[in-house]
Amino acid sequence: MAVQLRRILWGLAEVIEVVPETPRTKSLLLEVPEWEGHEAGQHGDVRLTAQDGYQTQRSYSIASAPEDERLMLAVDRLDDGEVSIYLTDVLMTGDKLELRGPIGGYFAWEEGEGGPLFLVGAGSGIAPLMAMIRHRGAAGSDVPTRLLYSSRSYEEIIFREELETLASRDGALEVIHTLTRSRPEGWSGYDRRIDAEMLGEVGWSPEESPLVFVCGPTSFVEGAADALVRLGHDPARVKTERFGPTGG
Amino acid sequence: MTEGFFSRGFLGRRRSQDTELPPGQYLEDGFPVLSAGPTPRTPQEEWDFSIVGEIDEPRRWTWEEFSQLPSEEITRDIHCVTKWSKLGTSWEGVSVDTLLEGVETAAEYVTAFCDGDYTTNLPLVDVTGGKAWVAFAYDGEPLEPEHGGPVRLLVPHLYFWKSAKWVRGLQLTTYDIPGFWETLGYHNYGDPWREQRYWGD
Amino acid sequence: MDELRLDGNAAAGTLGEVFSFEVTTAHYACENCGRADRIGAAMVYEVRDLGTIVRCPSCDNALIRLAHNRGRYWIDLRGIRYLQVEDVAE
Repeated sequence: MAVQLRRILWGLAEVIEVVPETPRTKSLLLEVPEWEGHEAGQHGDVRLTAQDGYQTQRSYSIASAPEDERLMLAVDRLDDGEVSIYLTDVLMTGDKLELRGPIGGYFAWEEGEGGPLFLVGAGSGIAPLMAMIRHRGAAGSDVPTRLLYSSRSYEEIIFREELETLASRDGALEVIHTLTRSRPEGWSGYDRRIDAEMLGEVGWSPEESPLVFVCGPTSFVEGAADALVRLGHDPARVKTERFGPTGG
Repeated sequence: MTEGFFSRGFLGRRRSQDTELPPGQYLEDGFPVLSAGPTPRTPQEEWDFSIVGEIDEPRRWTWEEFSQLPSEEITRDIHCVTKWSKLGTSWEGVSVDTLLEGVETAAEYVTAFCDGDYTTNLPLVDVTGGKAWVAFAYDGEPLEPEHGGPVRLLVPHLYFWKSAKWVRGLQLTTYDIPGFWETLGYHNYGDPWREQRYWGD
Repeated sequence: MDELRLDGNAAAGTLGEVFSFEVTTAHYACENCGRADRIGAAMVYEVRDLGTIVRCPSCDNALIRLAHNRGRYWIDLRGIRYLQVEDVAE
C-alpha cells in the first residue's frame, strides 16, 4: 500500500499528446515535473482555471502503469461535461494542466499482492484497471487475471487493440467483453449489462479468493459489488471506485 | 504553487454576469443538486413537522395536518454560496409565521433540524415577518427528494444553505447553535448582499 | 441523489491537502455504530465547492467533515472513535 509522506499539492503538468481512443474518448499523455510515481489504480485531480478566476476540478484515474514514461489519463467526452469537453476539444500539445496526485491508496494494486485478479469495468472505468494490467505486464507478472469489460459498442471499447495484443501474448490474461447497445455482425460474446450470472460465469469462484476491482459509474459499481458479495466473495477483497453519475 | 495560472481557452459553463445579482454570483439555468449525505426517504405515514425547544407546548403536524395548513405561492430569487443564483424561482409553502402563530417564546434563534444530520441556525427574526416558508412544491410540482422533498425550509434572503432540505422542524433556542456548514467555516448569518460566505466576512 | 456518493478514495485528494499520511488506507471505528473499516471503503459526498463529507457505510454517520475556505481548513473528526495509521518509519 502506498504510504504518502507529505501533503499532496497542486503542480503543473505539460500536455505531450492528446490521443483519440474511441469516438468519445481521448487519452491525455502528460509530463509531470517532480512526479514521484504512483500505484496502479490511483487517480489524479485536474483543475481548470478561467481568466476571471473561476475554478473547477475533476478526478481522473491514471491509466498508465507506474513503469510508463508518461502519465496517461483517459477522458470520456460528456455532452454537457464542463471539464471533459475542455480536455477533449480544447487542450493540445504544449498546454499546461494543473494536476494533483497520486491520490488514493485504497483502490490500488501492486503485483506483489498477487491474485488471482478479477477486474470489472464499464466505459471509462477501464482506466485504473488498464493501469493495473499495464503494470502487471511491465513487471513481468504471471498473476492470473480476468478483465470483464462492459462497453456500449465495439467501437467504444477503450484500449481495445492493446488489450487484444496483451491477451493474445499472455495465457494468464483473459479479456472478456460485453457490448450493451450494439454489436458487430457475427458477435458471439456477451450482449447485455453485467449481472450476477455473468460475474459468476466469468469471474473466479469465491473459493479461489480473487482480488476484485470494480470501476465505473456509481450505479454500475454498486450493482456489481452487491452481486459479487452475494455470490460469496469476501467484501474485504472487493474494492470499488465509483465515478459518480457520469464519470466526470 | 501556481499563482496566476489559468487554463488557456477555458471558459467554464456559460455564466452571464448580471448587475442585479449579489456580489460574486452568476446566473444559473439549471438547479444544481448539492448533497452532503444520502437522500432521506421518510414514509409519509411516519413523517411529521414540529416546533420544539423554548415553547410552552411543542407543536406537531402529521402530513395530513400539515397539508391542511394555509399555504401561499412564493416567487423569489435564490443565491447559493457556491456562487450560482436563480431569479424568480416559484415555490408553494406554509409561512413560518403560520406555524408559529400564537407562540410565546424567549428564544431569539431557531435551529432547523432535518432527516439525516443536517442543521442550520438562524435568528428568529429572520424566519418571521413573511421572510420564511416551509415549502412543499417547486415550479408547480411536489418538491422532489433530491431538492429537499417532501418539504424544505425556504429563506430566500440568505444564502441557500440556510434553506434546509428535508426539514422536520424548528427548535427555538435562547442561544445560537451553529449548524452543519456554520461549524465548517461558513458564515453564521449569510447575507448574500454583504457577501457573508465565511466566518469573518 | 445517491448517485452523487463516491468511494472514500474520492476524498483522498482533499484529505491529502491536510494530512501528511494516506487517509484512505487508515483504519477507523465509527463513533455511532462501531463499524471498523478503512476510510477508503466509506461513502464520500463531495459537496462541490462547499466541503467533503465522509460517511459510515453502515449507519451514514458523518465520520469526517471537511471544508476549505478563506485560507483555512475546518476539520470535524467527531464521528470517528479512532484513526489508526501505519508508521512509515518502522
